[in-house]
Amino acid sequence: MNVTSLRFGAIMVGVALLGACQPGAKSNQQLGYRGTGMDQIQLKSAKLVEPVPAPPYDPPAPGGKPAREAYQNVQVLGDVSEDQFSYTMAAITQWIAPEKGCNYCHNPANMASDELYTKVVARRMLQMTQTINSTWSSHVKQTGVTCYTCHRGQAVPAVAWTLPPTGNPNSIVGNLHGQNAPTPASAYASLPNTAVAHYLIDKDAPNIRVAANGTHPTPADKLTVMETENTYGLMMHTSQALGVNCTYCHNTASFRAWNISTPARAQAWYGIRMVREINGDYIGPLAKVFPANRLGPMGDSLKVNCATCHRGQNKPLGGVSMLKDYPALRSSAPMMPAVAAPAPAPVGAGVTAAR
Amino acid sequence: MARYQNIFTQVQLSHAPELGVPMRPGSDPRGTGTSFNHLFGRFGQAQIGPIYLGWTGIASLMCGFLAFEIIGLNMLASVGWNPAQFIRLLPWLSLEPPGPEYGFSPIVPLAKGGWWILAGMFLTASVLLWFVRTYRRAVALGMGTHVAWAFLSAIWLFLVLGFIRPFFMGHWSEAVPFGIFPHLDWTAAFSIRYGNLFYNPFHCLSIVFFYGSVLLFAMHGATILAVGRYGGEREIEQITDRGTASERAALFWRWTMGFNATMESIHRWAWWFAVLTTLTGGIGILLTGTVVDNWYLWAQEHHYAPSYPDTGVVDPASLGSKGQ
Repeated sequence: MNVTSLRFGAIMVGVALLGACQPGAKSNQQLGYRGTGMDQIQLKSAKLVEPVPAPPYDPPAPGGKPAREAYQNVQVLGDVSEDQFSYTMAAITQWIAPEKGCNYCHNPANMASDELYTKVVARRMLQMTQTINSTWSSHVKQTGVTCYTCHRGQAVPAVAWTLPPTGNPNSIVGNLHGQNAPTPASAYASLPNTAVAHYLIDKDAPNIRVAANGTHPTPADKLTVMETENTYGLMMHTSQALGVNCTYCHNTASFRAWNISTPARAQAWYGIRMVREINGDYIGPLAKVFPANRLGPMGDSLKVNCATCHRGQNKPLGGVSMLKDYPALRSSAPMMPAVAAPAPAPVGAGVTAAR
Repeated sequence: MARYQNIFTQVQLSHAPELGVPMRPGSDPRGTGTSFNHLFGRFGQAQIGPIYLGWTGIASLMCGFLAFEIIGLNMLASVGWNPAQFIRLLPWLSLEPPGPEYGFSPIVPLAKGGWWILAGMFLTASVLLWFVRTYRRAVALGMGTHVAWAFLSAIWLFLVLGFIRPFFMGHWSEAVPFGIFPHLDWTAAFSIRYGNLFYNPFHCLSIVFFYGSVLLFAMHGATILAVGRYGGEREIEQITDRGTASERAALFWRWTMGFNATMESIHRWAWWFAVLTTLTGGIGILLTGTVVDNWYLWAQEHHYAPSYPDTGVVDPASLGSKGQ
């Protein structure tokens, strides 16, 4: 091999290596004390969001007959005006079932009937949305959420999770132990891909924090490295869902210490509790309402995680508040259980499969 | 034109195989099978053999093979014996130690981590037998036993990770899984669990010796190659009979940094740096979770980690909040 061809080869290798670079324009923002690497670098193109859908028509003026007097069987939105009720229904149709229209949830011959399961689910989801907007401002602030934050024009939100099927735990054949597979849920690592199920299933989910509270070991704190991998998996999910890195919330000197963390960490803490309530109190119990084709392999309903709303953005929909145009979704109307005596979703097997 | 170079020796001599120094009286007869390989000669010595396997070598290779097979077959089984998936997912696949519920019990169902214990046992036997082998071969040749002790330092770290520390912690689940990505994820999870390993001073020492080893390796390799044209690669001869290569190399370093290692001492530097990398690393791992549970807090208490300004963020769980 002569010198010319060596040089040519070296140049070609150099050019090929440049292919690994991300040439797009970046923006960066310092999030913490200098020298801690708390810097959020993002592609400017990643910030572009599709515009949120406009209201179906100009929002109606306040006042008028309450919806419960105008229509039958209005259990959640009975106190809002008839005009506001129709306006909200029109928007929901656009957000959830733009093609099938009203008939996706209603029997056109009897709009008040609860015979379609979708109507029962939609009612519970309205209660959930109101609860989020009225009691979870610790996470959603005044931006709030609407159906569109998750649904985005689809009857089933594009990002959802169910409990993973469990193989035979007593066999090594075909048993990846709930990890060791490149899935988005574990950020393509070999981390447990059931971390989301482990921590976001309901209010009784285990504690996420793993680092010890004291300098020296105590008999009370015997959490293992193996269990820590679940926390790591959940954090990878959160990071990907929000399109941010660890330092968006944490000073990596200590992931545990709150007094050097950013305010975003506290907001995320409330978000995790909010998701637990959404899954445990609202979506999970609907498993007995959903038909089989809307359930996961373990018979549980399709639940939410950070990415269901966030979709790679630290503020869903670029931080645009749709809620301001839909006051009916904000009010905390009297909560009437849409599903009598909700049974707990089948939990357990899938969660422990991570171990 | 034949040129003498010493990185890829372009001229390979054809000669009768070197069989080495005579064996001590009473030794087993030595194998004499040798061959020459041109490709090997481009990177090192062209002569292959004679190889001395002995009982430690045979037993070590057998144990190593068993460990390799247990790990590989477990990984293959985990993808349902599908060879295509085995290749595709290989970096993700693992053989995990037993879960916390089994403690440090040696009797664990095979599918629940028993295979991990078996693989670890055979791998440990294999590396310890290889240590014995390197020790005995060095003695048989009348050499010092530096190679064997350096290898034992690496074995120390290996055993701390997989056996000694799990023993003190009381369960196998603290140990490292076998697998390419899984062991890396373990490393990160280990640091997260124990409050940031970068604040573990023995981890710092290990990094110093590790990077120091790399630096010494680069400096020494470069120096010897640079004086190869004066026969500098015949280092041992240069120690006893200092030639112009040695003088130039020494002067080079005195010119550039005022001080030089000797042809002999540079190898002691390199050996100690390499040995101390895993020796200090093993101490650091052994102290983690057994003596210190949170290295960040330890470092704060000992004014070893910087304190950053308080951001005013408080733990929401401490606000008596049920999440709202």
